[in-house]
Amino acid sequence: MPKTTILNAAHHALNARMVDFGGWEMPLHYGSQIGEHHAVRRDCGMFDVSHMCALEIVGPDATPFLSRLLANNVAKLKTPGKALYSPMLNEAGGVVDDLIVHRLSDCRYHMVINAGTAEKDLAWMSGHLADWHLRAELFPMRAGERAVAMIAVQGPNARRKTWEAAPDLRAATESLPPFFGVEVGRMFVATTGYTGEDGFEITLPAGQAEALWQALHKAGAQACGLGARDTLRLEAGMNLYGQDMDENVSPLDAGLAWCVDLASERDFVGKAALLAQGQRAQFLGLKLLEKGVLRAHQKVRTPQGEGEITSGTFSPTLETAIALARLPLGVAAGSAAQVEIRGKWLSAQVVAPPFVRHGKKLA
Amino acid sequence: MNIPAELRYTTSHEWARLEADGSVTVGITDHAQELLGDLVFVELPEADKALAAGENAAVLESVKAAADVYAPVSGKVAARNEALSDAPEQINQDAYAAWLFRLVPANPAEFGQLLDAAGYKALVNAET
Repeated sequence: MPKTTILNAAHHALNARMVDFGGWEMPLHYGSQIGEHHAVRRDCGMFDVSHMCALEIVGPDATPFLSRLLANNVAKLKTPGKALYSPMLNEAGGVVDDLIVHRLSDCRYHMVINAGTAEKDLAWMSGHLADWHLRAELFPMRAGERAVAMIAVQGPNARRKTWEAAPDLRAATESLPPFFGVEVGRMFVATTGYTGEDGFEITLPAGQAEALWQALHKAGAQACGLGARDTLRLEAGMNLYGQDMDENVSPLDAGLAWCVDLASERDFVGKAALLAQGQRAQFLGLKLLEKGVLRAHQKVRTPQGEGEITSGTFSPTLETAIALARLPLGVAAGSAAQVEIRGKWLSAQVVAPPFVRHGKKLA
Repeated sequence: MNIPAELRYTTSHEWARLEADGSVTVGITDHAQELLGDLVFVELPEADKALAAGENAAVLESVKAAADVYAPVSGKVAARNEALSDAPEQINQDAYAAWLFRLVPANPAEFGQLLDAAGYKALVNAET
């Protein structure tokens, strides 16, 4: 039996095409994946992301724990509510997961980890807490009274429609800058997302999710499935765990050097391995110059050698195929490449992601 | 479920129509387009190519996945619906109007062996 979110019945009521996603029955689309994609770029879409796992890390040693656990530096979080995107690495420098963490106070953090990796991540974190003899506890918000749902509302009109659906959220979120979060009663509202558009990710008690979903629907937020979520994040140049990087891939070879803090004195799990390995590949975008669709695992040829596509799709905004790819060092944005599709080598252009941000074409 | 009675079907979700001139027009079923989702790319068989029944004839790609289209009967490619290369979404809009290619059958008896509407409906019901 696949796991279901609290909004499962609401998806069926909207005639969603449901698929198995890492053991969860989730909506792929509600009719047209491309229509949902455009709704987010041009207006407002909403996603049930309750399969992801939210947790709190609470205790006097919460900050030293995260400082040692994460590749990015939680010391950067000087203002309460501020969010940090970070890879969590193993000793070999591979990516255990990528996550977002908000500092609520020095001894309390709000974190969101991926659905498919949640069990593994929680075991990994608990193990290190014990090994390091640190005083902090993990509180996953998945079952019983703590159970939460998560709804992402994204698009240029996302804020306005959220306030229309939930007027109580307005005062606390009206001047919230990007990549922040704030507690409003039992809700946690963050200005984060996975689409390259403005919007909120709202974590709320599971029992309140259906009412908010319906209110957002009434306010005109288009229900969007995982299909649109994937094309939106790919256009926004955002990595997908398990596809663009995993336990055998260094964040430096997956375009994540910007969120690995090698500059400070701070030690963290995987740092020694990263320093020893250095960067071995580049992570760049590709735009197909011919007809076809780029897909993960297609081979790429460049003058500097072979590479591989890690995520590919058809971009509804650019109306052409785009991809994220691991390419040899020395390949420059703007240069020509070839991609093998069904035995033929087609022309592509190397570009620096993102492809689209805030509704604007960049590539 | 939209399964026109006048067409014949394959177990791999193609439809086939026998034309007055003896040629066979081929497309994918409404059920197939729904499973694939928004189509964004069509690769048609080369003109005059001789295909065996069940041979890989065309490729459709949706945002989500690529799917092969197989020749329902053996024969030579006599026509291709070129309009689809710029507007693959026509298949989503009306899978039975948006034909892919037309074959001149090598063995006219093969057409009679395809599924009729009732047979195809039973197949779809069994799969879903």
